[in-house]
Amino acid sequence: MSSATMSEDSIQTLARPKRWHILVFLLPAFIIYSAVMILPLVETLRLSLFNTVDGQSTFVGLANFQVLFGEERWAADFWRALKNNFIFFAIHMLVQNPVGIALAAMLSIPKLRLATFYRTAIFLPTLLSFVIVGFIWKLILSPIWGITPFFMDLVGLKSFFAPWLGKPGSALIAVSLISVWQNIGIPMMLIYAALLNIPDEVIEAAECDGVTGWSQFWKIKLPLVLPAIGMVSILTFVGNFNAFDLIYTVQGALAGPDGSTDILGTLLYRTFFGFQLQLGDRSMGATIATVMFLIILAGVSLYLFGIQRRVRRYQF
Amino acid sequence: MSKARVSPLRSGFVHLALAGYTVIALFPVLLTILNSFKDRNAIFRTPLAPPTANTFSLVGYETVLKQGDFVGYFQNSLIVTVVSIFFVLLFGAMAAFALSEYRFKGNTMMGLYLAIGIMIPIRLGTVAILQGMVAAGLVNTLTALILVYTAQGLPLAIFILSEFMRTVSDDLKNAGRIDGLSEYAIFFRLVLPLVKPAMATVAVFTMIPIWNDLWFPLILAPGETTKTVTLGSQVFIGQFVTNWNAVLSALSLAIFPVLVLYVIFSRQLIRGITAGAVK
Repeated sequence: MSSATMSEDSIQTLARPKRWHILVFLLPAFIIYSAVMILPLVETLRLSLFNTVDGQSTFVGLANFQVLFGEERWAADFWRALKNNFIFFAIHMLVQNPVGIALAAMLSIPKLRLATFYRTAIFLPTLLSFVIVGFIWKLILSPIWGITPFFMDLVGLKSFFAPWLGKPGSALIAVSLISVWQNIGIPMMLIYAALLNIPDEVIEAAECDGVTGWSQFWKIKLPLVLPAIGMVSILTFVGNFNAFDLIYTVQGALAGPDGSTDILGTLLYRTFFGFQLQLGDRSMGATIATVMFLIILAGVSLYLFGIQRRVRRYQF
Repeated sequence: MSKARVSPLRSGFVHLALAGYTVIALFPVLLTILNSFKDRNAIFRTPLAPPTANTFSLVGYETVLKQGDFVGYFQNSLIVTVVSIFFVLLFGAMAAFALSEYRFKGNTMMGLYLAIGIMIPIRLGTVAILQGMVAAGLVNTLTALILVYTAQGLPLAIFILSEFMRTVSDDLKNAGRIDGLSEYAIFFRLVLPLVKPAMATVAVFTMIPIWNDLWFPLILAPGETTKTVTLGSQVFIGQFVTNWNAVLSALSLAIFPVLVLYVIFSRQLIRGITAGAVK
């Protein structure tokens, strides 16, 4: 913006003090966004400080949180869901993002044949709904159909097959890997785009200095796409800490077997909405939603103020 | 131009790895579709074989179309998705124009306020959203879903579109002003046509999460007449767990529209992601 446009703007402001069109342009989005998203969010945070005492909604301060963190009936479920959620996130970070980066690195090799085909095919699962993905994998991993044991037999590992989704020890890992399978397209595409944005001169300069192949990837390309990796990580974090659909589809609202795949999203659903014999509890639902909000807020703030500021951005 | 000096051995490994992962990505989908066209025996005896004249059967599809109201579910999903995208694009573009074109008090604050929703998921407000929808009498209506999805899509739409609108030339708009066009005419007649590619990108980004969402249909509109495809297939498959023909056919029916749309729009979508998403 030059100073010319600024003075022109101020003249306009003087001549027409009320610019109604700005209001008209902003208002519809502002109203819907505020009414359906921001106000309910604030109201949910407020509800977490209230509970029903003698049939009346009463301000109880942080008592709901004390119950959630400390009272036997709630605390066990809550801490397990929180722990599972962190494992769920850790598996995504350890499997989804490195494999995604590797795929992106291979796809970005110049003049690679069939690159468009690979890219299109690998991105397909990301577009399917959790419901489809959940049921497909439930069928494939099912011992009744026998697809997985058949393939493990081919490589001589049949004895290692187990109904992974049905065992408390392995169910969470199995569900996480299904989610990784579905979402791998996102890190792949974002990092692929970042790799393509590296200018040819930088790569040529590296080649002139004899930096090629692996060392080129580690020393030149990877540092240049760190901002994209940071963004993928925060997207994964937010997505994982409000995940629900896949686990609900594969393991049901009880997140079986024996609650071993329960994460915050499924806990919120059962608590707020009720399930089978359990009645819905609005206040405790709001309390869990508030905890999820604080976790996501903490993660996003850490990213915005801690990581994103430090990662050096290269201007080309 | 950087020279591709990739040794044949190395490029062989690359192709092996990429083709291997492509198989992992496609195999489950193809397996489901292939087996949905086979009879029950063939599904279990030769799950990997394509349907032959002997094993071909449409019994699963017959069950699905007889028992579940999939046509109705599709209609609901289509209405919800199309109407939501329309409002997201219209209201999002209008707000993006106001933010990128005019200097006014509170511009930055408004921009930040509208950006909160990019990172904070709307699901966290579900408790109060349901309360509000009950109070407004909107439970079990498609309107409830459209409102929620419009609010959900707006933040990212405004963000992407205002980035694009900043690139529209000032001279063009000022020429319009000199010719006596109103601000509304400048927006609708000059600016909107120029940001069409960005609108297409936003439309695709908005569409996928809406079409695939299970949470809000489950909570706000679980009634039989308002079920979306995602919720409909979830409930249907849940009831027919032991009828493998029906389950595989229902899954294939749910995959099919996504597959067709993807084949048509994959270029657009991938170009959108690789051009606009990473800054």
